[in-house]
Amino acid sequence: MLNNITMGQYYPVDSRVHRLDPRIKLILTIVFIVAVFMAKTFAGYALILGFVWLTSRLANVPFRMLLRGLKPLRLIIILTFLLNLFFTAGDTLWVEFWIIRITKEGFLQAAFYSLRLVFLVIGTSLLTLTTSPVSLSDGIELLLTPLKKIHFPAHELAMMMTIALRFIPTLLEETDKIMKAQMARGADFESGNLISRAKAMVPLLVPLFVSAFRRAGDLAMAMESRCYHGGDGRTRLRVLKITKNDWIACGVMAALLALIILEGIFL
Amino acid sequence: MPIEVSHLTHCYSEGSALRTVALDDVSFRIEDGEFVGIIGHTGSGKSTLVQHLNGLLKPTSGQVFIDGEDLNGEHVNRRALRQRIGLVFQYPEYQLFEETVAKDIAFGPKNQGLSADDIKERVRYAMDCVHLDYDKYAERSPFELSGGQMRRVAIAGVLAMRPSVLILDEPTAGLDPRGRDKILTMLEELHGREHVTILMVSHSMDDMARLATRLVVMSEGKIVAEGTPRDIFSREDMMTSIGLDVPDAARLCACLRAKGYDLPADLFRPEELKEQLLRLWKEGSAC
Amino acid sequence: MRSDSRVQLNNVSYSYEEQASPALSGVSAVIQPGEFVAVLGHNGSGKSTLAKLLNALYIPTEGNVVVCGYNTREEKLVWEIRRRAGMIFQNPDNQIVATVVKEDVAFGLENLGVPTEEMIPRIESALSAVRMSACADKAPHMLSGGQKQRVAIAGILAMEPSVIIADEATAMLDPSGRKEVLETIRSLNRQKGITVVWITHFMEEAALADRVLVVTDGVIRLSGTPAEVFDRVDEMREMHLDVPHMTALAGELREAGMPLRPGILTVEELAEEVENLCPLK
Repeated sequence: MLNNITMGQYYPVDSRVHRLDPRIKLILTIVFIVAVFMAKTFAGYALILGFVWLTSRLANVPFRMLLRGLKPLRLIIILTFLLNLFFTAGDTLWVEFWIIRITKEGFLQAAFYSLRLVFLVIGTSLLTLTTSPVSLSDGIELLLTPLKKIHFPAHELAMMMTIALRFIPTLLEETDKIMKAQMARGADFESGNLISRAKAMVPLLVPLFVSAFRRAGDLAMAMESRCYHGGDGRTRLRVLKITKNDWIACGVMAALLALIILEGIFL
Repeated sequence: MPIEVSHLTHCYSEGSALRTVALDDVSFRIEDGEFVGIIGHTGSGKSTLVQHLNGLLKPTSGQVFIDGEDLNGEHVNRRALRQRIGLVFQYPEYQLFEETVAKDIAFGPKNQGLSADDIKERVRYAMDCVHLDYDKYAERSPFELSGGQMRRVAIAGVLAMRPSVLILDEPTAGLDPRGRDKILTMLEELHGREHVTILMVSHSMDDMARLATRLVVMSEGKIVAEGTPRDIFSREDMMTSIGLDVPDAARLCACLRAKGYDLPADLFRPEELKEQLLRLWKEGSAC
Repeated sequence: MRSDSRVQLNNVSYSYEEQASPALSGVSAVIQPGEFVAVLGHNGSGKSTLAKLLNALYIPTEGNVVVCGYNTREEKLVWEIRRRAGMIFQNPDNQIVATVVKEDVAFGLENLGVPTEEMIPRIESALSAVRMSACADKAPHMLSGGQKQRVAIAGILAMEPSVIIADEATAMLDPSGRKEVLETIRSLNRQKGITVVWITHFMEEAALADRVLVVTDGVIRLSGTPAEVFDRVDEMREMHLDVPHMTALAGELREAGMPLRPGILTVEELAEEVENLCPLK
């Protein structure tokens, strides 16, 4: 049954990291990304690894959940490693075989760049694992609020995200149902080449779109009848408050960034 | 083409903490020409059961035999068997997708690999079965029809495959009385005239009282009772205990019997009750 | 405010742009505060159009709709009307906005600009009135159809309306879901005095109302108590509408000469009448 899917990667436990203000977490994630890019040595990476490990412990998120986020990107990471390994010029020759030359410099650079990718993925995973999609969209809305002055639709964007999240399970269930109904009429979604398979999707996609449009129409009317009139003058049930823990998190991140910068200068 | 279900069990999310038993050791048989009604609460396993009958779901254990062949057996042409069992889902109008009514109905026969002429003949046949005039509706878009008409187009899409057994999951849900009556009349004719074996899942006891030749009552994944409507509807206590109603006429009959009136125990059609009540009244006024 | 929680339709007509014949023509009715009025009709009779006119989702082509003293024609008043006349729709899935039950109940309050501290008790009491407090933190897609409709009712209730309009709110539910929703609405009507306009094609539901309006072809054909309306079995059938089985049976018995009283709706009523006419020896 499709009822049991978890949304995104969110890892639903309670922890100090989970309870941090989503705005702060978004900003800190950006700072983390900057820090990863500024790290110049493996010592810097060791520091970052320590930070990630500590955060995952505090968040009650098993480290393997973080590594799971790497799975879809493993091809890119491996490719980055191999390209750097083979095509970096260097003096200390390690292996030479046919046209392949592997040097020490090449190996170090390959390791460095692929680790950078790994840390970027893990850092953003930490955000999505510990922040529910709803509070994430809240955080994004509030962070973007200042942009309303230049008519950036921050509230509308967040409302869209919320509605999308609300309807994903419904539409998945519907997909399952339509698929079965067409299979009962002899439709075949599995065999054939790419083109015939794409064609076979029409009986699934058309009803799905029709239904999505109908739902959208219904929902718009229901929202209007409940006095929805955009973001102006709207209050919120969920109010975000910055707490002491948020300041501590900022402090820790600032320290990490400072250490990384110092490491870049002195090592 | 009899269907036999033998010790069928189905669990969702097998092997996880969310494991739920939707069907628990269900066995029954449907003979040719029957009109079987399956009644039960939402979540009693009805929908799971019907999805097994044409192989859309695989049993966790147990077998489904179509015409003596194990539907999930190793050397069975599942596609061919499946085509002989037409399955109409709940709210089937949501699966329409073609530009015209005729094209949508042709989808099933096309998948069966029939020739263009045969397909056309099948479409005419199916539209005739659901009382949609070919000349008037064949070239119209299914999306501009009324809800009841759309549902009939969807049922025609299944009938066009010429199944020997037609399974319908809540065919009248959400329709108004007029739409409902049209569907029921159509099913009555299909059963009577075309001799299609029908298996219908419904919440409506009135629909069942009108059409079914046999009822299967399900509760919590099990079959709790089986018999003719006359038999099942006279067991009001059993029905109420699993949260189901009986038709009003059966309730009135039980109510009057409890007061001491001399009435047969198994009345469930208003016509029958009318005769009996008139008899009571005439007897009463005679003396 | 309660004193003027009437709903008035004065000679109302409404036409959809793409259609030649009007969906409603010249409909007049007054619904009194605290009344439970069922609007019965088949699909396409104009009953859903009527519902949408009461909530200012549609503005009449001709005539006036006045809800709680506000005319729906006045654009500035539209939010005043909608907070007083809440609406529940047919499809339980397509009217829940948020991903958590209590946040969906909050949706209307957020739109009205109710301060957060005030929201929390209002949400709690709305959820408890529909007996859904236990599900406050659940995701809507995990609920049954009947539960979703009750959440929708709570979302309306939190806005403290005088009128609730239900547009075929039970059409997509199973019998137990239908019972749940109907019972919830009936108790709100009785205990809180909320006016209910219940649009349906189920005669069993209409039989429970104080008054039934039967709509066909855009006009109100019959109006009266359920007993009065359903006793006109032939007229109802001609409009493709059901009458309660017992009312129909009583009608046939009457035709055959049995002097049954008019206005029989339920099994119990008919049983009692049979007892009167044919006493046991």
